Amino acid sequence: MSTDTVSEHHEYDVLIIGAGGAGLRAAIEAKQRGLKVALVTKSLLGKAHTVMAEGGMAAAMGNVYPEDNWMVHFRDTMRGGKMLNNYRMAELHAKEAPDRVHELEQWGALFDRTKDGKILQRDFGGHRYARLAHVGDRTGLELIRTLQQKVVSMGTDVFMECKVLKLVHDNSGKVAGCVAYWRATGEFVTFSAKAVVLATGGVGKSWKFTSNSWEGTGDGHAMALWAGAELIDMEAIQFHPTGMVWPLSVRGILVTEGVRGDGGILKNSEGERFMFNYVADMFRAETAETPEEADRWYDDHSAGRRPPELLPRDEVARAINTEVKAGRGSPHGGVYLDIASRRTPEFIRRRLPSMYHQFMELAGVDITKEMMEIGPTCHYIMGGVKVDAETTATAAEGLFAAGEVAGGMHGANRLGGNSLSDLIVFGRRAGMGAADYVESGKGPTGFDQSEVDEAIKEALAPFKRETGENPYDIQRDLQEMMQTNVGIIRTASEIDEAIVKLEEFTERINNLSVKGGRAYNPGWNLATDLPSMLTVSKCTARGARERKESRGGHTREDFPKADPNYGKINFAHSLPSGGDWHGEIKTVESPILVMPDELKALLEDGK
Amino acid sequence: MAEVTMRVWRGDANGGDFEEYTLPQNEGEVVLDVIHRIQATEAPDLACRWNCKAGKCGSCSAEINGKPRLMCMTRMDQLPGGTVTVTPMKTFPIIRDLVTDVSFNYEMAKKVPALLPPPMPEGGYTMFQEDVERGQEFRKCIECFLCQDVCHVIRDHEDNKQHYAGPRFFIRYAELEMHPLDTNDRRDLVREDMGLGYCNITKCCTEVCPEHIHITDNAIIPLKERVVDADFDPVAWLGRKIRRKTKRTPAEAAVQPAP
Repeated sequence: MSTDTVSEHHEYDVLIIGAGGAGLRAAIEAKQRGLKVALVTKSLLGKAHTVMAEGGMAAAMGNVYPEDNWMVHFRDTMRGGKMLNNYRMAELHAKEAPDRVHELEQWGALFDRTKDGKILQRDFGGHRYARLAHVGDRTGLELIRTLQQKVVSMGTDVFMECKVLKLVHDNSGKVAGCVAYWRATGEFVTFSAKAVVLATGGVGKSWKFTSNSWEGTGDGHAMALWAGAELIDMEAIQFHPTGMVWPLSVRGILVTEGVRGDGGILKNSEGERFMFNYVADMFRAETAETPEEADRWYDDHSAGRRPPELLPRDEVARAINTEVKAGRGSPHGGVYLDIASRRTPEFIRRRLPSMYHQFMELAGVDITKEMMEIGPTCHYIMGGVKVDAETTATAAEGLFAAGEVAGGMHGANRLGGNSLSDLIVFGRRAGMGAADYVESGKGPTGFDQSEVDEAIKEALAPFKRETGENPYDIQRDLQEMMQTNVGIIRTASEIDEAIVKLEEFTERINNLSVKGGRAYNPGWNLATDLPSMLTVSKCTARGARERKESRGGHTREDFPKADPNYGKINFAHSLPSGGDWHGEIKTVESPILVMPDELKALLEDGK
Repeated sequence: MAEVTMRVWRGDANGGDFEEYTLPQNEGEVVLDVIHRIQATEAPDLACRWNCKAGKCGSCSAEINGKPRLMCMTRMDQLPGGTVTVTPMKTFPIIRDLVTDVSFNYEMAKKVPALLPPPMPEGGYTMFQEDVERGQEFRKCIECFLCQDVCHVIRDHEDNKQHYAGPRFFIRYAELEMHPLDTNDRRDLVREDMGLGYCNITKCCTEVCPEHIHITDNAIIPLKERVVDADFDPVAWLGRKIRRKTKRTPAEAAVQPAP
């Protein structure tokens, strides 16, 4: 029988929550320092969302275009992020990514090669040069498997299918560990640690059409806020331009940007290659004006400017949305992505094998012969826990954050390929930051049992309510509401309505009921996800209301232009009352870091 | 309106039975979609493991009408008409309903001696596409463990799990053995402790692989040849005795030269 108290307690130096790319890389770093490290993941090892990344990881190695370097990568990242980025994170990322990619080869990764035996790099949206190290269209699998095998070979303790409910502090307010439960048995377990790293990924599951797996429920974002950290840029959500739209059951599943990087183009129902009509001023100088010029570019980047299909993701997603609204969409509400007429079947199957299988098996479409029907899908949150660039430390002492759960690196819009490199650059830095903190001896001095008791009481409450609502109904309604009211195009009245409705969801979650036992009960697990999903949704809605402009992954119909004044601030969310997720969230303006002149100069070059 | 009927195994380590669910049919659905609809309506505690629902993570393995498959990549309209039966993987202990305890595989992973490359030269290693391609095929593995599930060496003989790694790990050993940078030697380990000899190449694993990896032809058979050559060819045997590579434990091999 399951018990209502903690049945197990573990003590570690560094506790890492989340075992995707960032968590695994953090574990390697902390473990190499000789510390006692635990990785806790709510799935099995190797299944985290990193596995779904397709196109590649961006690193200015210059293997295909020797003129590439960290300065160009930095510039592309800042421009792609519409200058809202934490410049220091973007700088470190651009400088360190090549070493991190090379390091993966020492641990067994096998990237696709250039003719002279170097790591091959592919073109992606917003990157001036072919920069993405890749393995066909399954680069995320290669990354996670490489890091997983390294972590296992180092003898790291991994707690699988162990879902963390809440962070726990010591009596002085330092983060001291967490309370979790084993999915297999429903038993509660606590971890105390001298430093905690959050590497929990994203929030996409709060939207109806998403490329995210069930895991993307914003646990880390929410836990960080509850524990005393700040969240920034939560309105900056990336809708990836190309998700599957048909059949309905697969709607949202990602179609890699690599299709466009390898020559694929977008067409509307009239057969027009429409992206030429959507080139923003900021990108006009570097974008081709005609299909002929664009097509020369694929083989030689000096023979023409880049095709408009490879503009940053926010630009392409908005263009698709506009085409569909204007009545030029495909039968199922998307547009067409065509690589069949542009490349040979052999090329497509070699470069895009997963896409070939995905469409063949799930949609019955042969992408070497037919066009794909695609449309925007909720893919990534740029916003997240506010961190120090060097150490990934958060405002909650003892808590570090890396990967999608951290904010700042990508500003208002992330470039494709910058996520996998983010994971390894800042995963390593989180491991270092946590290890330094542990070695400094400033860690927590206790473990607040009352926080544990409270979390357990709350987790078990749904079993005691016999007549409450089913958690699946609440999740479905939340997803539909966020898709409708805080989706790809936003407006004041809809956001205000969302904020009111989110309060109603609080009530519904307070009264939900769970059927069955505690052992591997997906309904119960979902019930424990809902407070996180609600918390991040509230922050997104609040940020979206405050940011009265359009920038990157935040588009306001009522404020369609970027406003330079908003380019100087992030919106930061905190929970002054602490602890309980029902508390009132506070949202304030937070000035962005001012860039030194030598970095500013890099941005002005070659507009 | 057309309907689908699902016969799903419900229970735990103490036993269980099939339950039938009848739902409206939706166009284009996969088995996992229907399982999710059952969870959202009739049986919110129906346990199933899944993550990506796109054939990339290998979490939702089960036996559909008796055949090991991914639930997320099995379209309802491509199964024969009538009731669809879904059972958990047979080779692994039941946790609950469709979820099994696959920790056997994670234990086997711990025994794999890591890649041991030479120090990295300035600017990275040089490897050619034709050299990495063999390993890349095996690295497509999504660890769904369907090959382990179908392999009769452990499916029908629980005690063989003590000394048999299974097809998933044979492709891992083959990948490392064929890795252009590796200097480790795992041939004795594969033969003596991982039970490569138990495999009698019936190719069941290859048939169920959702990534279409040629497990038997490209990994197991070449691996068997290498191991046998090493053991029975007197010249090769003598050669290895003289300039034998050091066998290293996973922990030793994990210590890498600094980049």
